[in-house]
Amino acid sequence: MEKFIDLLKEALEREDEIKMEDNFREYDEWSSIAYLSIIAFIDDEYDTQIEEADFRKLKTVQDLYDACTKK
Amino acid sequence: MKFKGIGISAMAAAVPSRIIENLKYTEFFPQDQVNEVVEKVGVYERRFADVKTCSSDLCFAAAQKLFLDNVINREEIDLLVFISQTPDYRMPATSITLQHRLGLPNSCIAFDINLGCSAFIYGMAVVYSMMQNQGLRKALILDGETRSKVYGSRDRRSAFIFGDGGAAALVERSEKFGETIISLNSDGSRADLIMIKAGGYRHMSTPETLTEKVVDEFGNMRSDEQGYMRGGDVFNFVIREIPRDLKKTLAESGKAVEDLDYIIFHQANNFINSHIAKKMKLDTDKIPQTIEKFGNTSSVSVPLTIVSELKGKLNGQKTLMLNAFGVGMTWASAVAPFVDTKISDIVEVSEGQPVDEQLRRDYTPIEREIEESKNKQKKDE
Repeated sequence: MEKFIDLLKEALEREDEIKMEDNFREYDEWSSIAYLSIIAFIDDEYDTQIEEADFRKLKTVQDLYDACTKK
Repeated sequence: MKFKGIGISAMAAAVPSRIIENLKYTEFFPQDQVNEVVEKVGVYERRFADVKTCSSDLCFAAAQKLFLDNVINREEIDLLVFISQTPDYRMPATSITLQHRLGLPNSCIAFDINLGCSAFIYGMAVVYSMMQNQGLRKALILDGETRSKVYGSRDRRSAFIFGDGGAAALVERSEKFGETIISLNSDGSRADLIMIKAGGYRHMSTPETLTEKVVDEFGNMRSDEQGYMRGGDVFNFVIREIPRDLKKTLAESGKAVEDLDYIIFHQANNFINSHIAKKMKLDTDKIPQTIEKFGNTSSVSVPLTIVSELKGKLNGQKTLMLNAFGVGMTWASAVAPFVDTKISDIVEVSEGQPVDEQLRRDYTPIEREIEESKNKQKKDE
């Protein structure tokens, strides 16, 4: 979980704290570019891909974490 | 697909002379956003065709350069394949107009391939297949795109990526060429990932289709006649399919990664390419890049990168791996021998003509009706 938060921070280039219940789309750092970085680390670290339609349903950091770790 | 004794013996390329400096491309977006996008995609400069320059003009200049630098008898060109999704007209096919403009014989077979970013490798497969026929002497692959005219400048996801260019490759039969392995793939279930929705015959052109509208949560704007990309899903698709296809093609060629002299990737954007190289643990010294100076030129990016970066480096026997992917979706890989391939310097095009006057050629303009009515008008005055 800690590693996931670190990777997400890096992808978003966010310095402030990230909490599992946060809606990541509300972060100032959220952008279409950050989205690409998230896809990249999900592939590297969790060897998985989340289709854009499914990704759109994810709201919180917890949702994103669950989507990465469920196999 | 497997070929033997056929290969590319000479290549040339052309770009518009107009340079767009991406960091100064700030008309529609604030500087800090521009910096962020440019850094991420790695495109610092691109070339934009002016209104008078079409894909055919870029290919014409590249082909003329090829004829100037190599001993080629135009009468021996039995096949011309023009690759583009930005042709001059809806009809006729641009290849036919190029047959005339280049002074090639009427016996020359000419047709277009409309496919997108992976099309150069498709073009190789088509031309190599036809060249297995002993009746054909030499073939030209002309590949040109003016993607700057396809994508709008108010959609941040595509506004900073695309550039224009053209390339020419001479294909010949010779025993010096060993085996070429080509893998071609299609997935039409993903046709909507990259698309220009309107302006064809399903959604014909109307004032409505030409109006730019806000299309997403980020405030990006475009019309239905401008291209769009669902970047996230394209990226998902690429990281899933491309490494698999590269491995499969390499295995089929019986070669190891170490046997490859160069790996030429479609210059989609730097972010995607670096990710694939890292994922596959490829030696980046063997992967020439032109994304920073020409951007993504669609199907032209593979041949343009070869011409730009491998001039003087293809002496003797070299093995290249080529890979490209894009709209369709389609994706293609090749392991191909390049043997003493002569690479010309890149030439420039302005106002539809090669800047270098030696490359120009007198010919009867194709839009004769217009010319004639203009002349008649002059006479009447």
